[in-house]
Amino acid sequence: MENSEKTEVVLLACGSFNPITNMHLRLFELAKDYMNGTGKYRVIKGIISPVGDAYKKKGLISAHHRVIMAELATKNSEWVEVDTWESLQKEWVETVKVLRHHQEKLEAGSCDRQQDSPIPGRPGQKRKWAEQRQDFSQKKLLEPKPKDVPKVKLLCGADLLESFAVPNLWKSEDITQIVGDYGLVCITRAGNDAQKFIYESDALWKHRNNIHLVNEWITNDISSTKIRRALRRGQSIRYLVPDLVQEYIEKHDLYSYESEEKNVGVILAPLQRNTADANS
Amino acid sequence: MKSRIPVVLLACGSFNPITNMHLRLFEVARDHLHQTGMYQVIGGIISPVNDNYRKKDLVAAHHRVAMARLALQTSDWVRVDPWESEQVQWMETVKVLRHHHSELLRSLPQTEGLDHGRARSTAPTAVPELKLLCGADVLKTFQTPNLWKDAHIQEIVEKFGVVCVSRMGHNPKEYISGSPILHRYRHNIHLAREPVQNELSSTYVRRALSQGHSVKYLLPDAVITYIKDHNLYTRDGSCKGSGTQRNEGKTSWGEPATPPRSSS
Repeated sequence: MENSEKTEVVLLACGSFNPITNMHLRLFELAKDYMNGTGKYRVIKGIISPVGDAYKKKGLISAHHRVIMAELATKNSEWVEVDTWESLQKEWVETVKVLRHHQEKLEAGSCDRQQDSPIPGRPGQKRKWAEQRQDFSQKKLLEPKPKDVPKVKLLCGADLLESFAVPNLWKSEDITQIVGDYGLVCITRAGNDAQKFIYESDALWKHRNNIHLVNEWITNDISSTKIRRALRRGQSIRYLVPDLVQEYIEKHDLYSYESEEKNVGVILAPLQRNTADANS
Repeated sequence: MKSRIPVVLLACGSFNPITNMHLRLFEVARDHLHQTGMYQVIGGIISPVNDNYRKKDLVAAHHRVAMARLALQTSDWVRVDPWESEQVQWMETVKVLRHHHSELLRSLPQTEGLDHGRARSTAPTAVPELKLLCGADVLKTFQTPNLWKDAHIQEIVEKFGVVCVSRMGHNPKEYISGSPILHRYRHNIHLAREPVQNELSSTYVRRALSQGHSVKYLLPDAVITYIKDHNLYTRDGSCKGSGTQRNEGKTSWGEPATPPRSSS
């Protein structure tokens, strides 16, 4: 399939990134290789969207630091970048809204870029097929073909997929929209468990073609929780997170027993919101 | 207060290529020894194996050494030593340990330079110990018939000592209790636990590379660039190994037939 026939994809990862680790970064690489490998997609960008402080998760340090660490981590990436929109919102934002925000942004950008190269990339990045695209797009003028607008998909681990089952954590209509309108690229070690989970959910089953399960054959269990624990115990986190992130954490002494106690006793924002809605 | 014993960690292996997992071994081992209160780790050495080890898919030693050097550019305590790889033939691990131990003793007057003043509590007469650093999978290979000489295993655990970092699927305590020699010197075998389960291996990295997949964040960027520049580990490239006698021309490995690809 020629490049111009492939669906362009933007991978969006939402999460605490508290802190970002090499595992988070690997998710993007694995997802990109997989999606490109199907021959139907072309991954053009990755977005890391750290959650806002209003999420109120235990141990969640200020978004300011989490954003900077993610930026340091992606400094040497040619296609993955950090977006701060979600983290700057005053209230917690549902994942489906973040997806919608980025999809709309792409659509708006696509209309504007009829004359220019339509590839949303970093400044200075080579756009080899820009000329080809220009010829193509000039025929359409004001109305972009739907296929030309890149599609945002939610990139996640199996833990997020399975969290759909946690009561009041997600609104069922949100889940439907996420898998129906956008799609999921889910990196998992236990492919069978994930498939079973999809099978047992009517909403997920209906949109199973929009849920891409990517098998991670090697266990690479660098969770942020373990990083924070290691730091509290004075253990090295080198080579688990990018060097710049490790240096930043050390310089600012970010994680401690005190920081882990943040938001203790506070109800997680989605639980609070969805329970309140259910009761109202 | 009893002063800590200075320790240097020596890791032998193919490092084909070096990965973040290898680098983690040193960090985990150091943390473990420090937390015993008995040791002060003053240095680390990576010693890539000689080409004549003839392991399948082993790329030329000069590449493996260069990659390790790049990986360790940002380390202030671990270095690569090409001595083993430069010998005329393959040599047993115990001989590598003996060599580096005598080098260590030879450099004793300059110990202060080695540890950067960190080992303040080291008594002037404390002799540094050289310990073999390895994963549990290596400890398991002690059981493989004819792979190690019994006398060597004994010398390794008795005279030097081992720091073994546990990996998924391995139970090092079992390997120790299952071997009389290891059991006898179990006090000199330190079992460190890597809290982060990680199955990352060089084999996995090589396979990913040959399939054109990304290995970013599994090994340092500088090493990935080197691999691409020298066309290593490609499907049709230089690492095709049949395990049989290779040609003597080490320089033929890894040299690209086409101009090097620009690093991405």
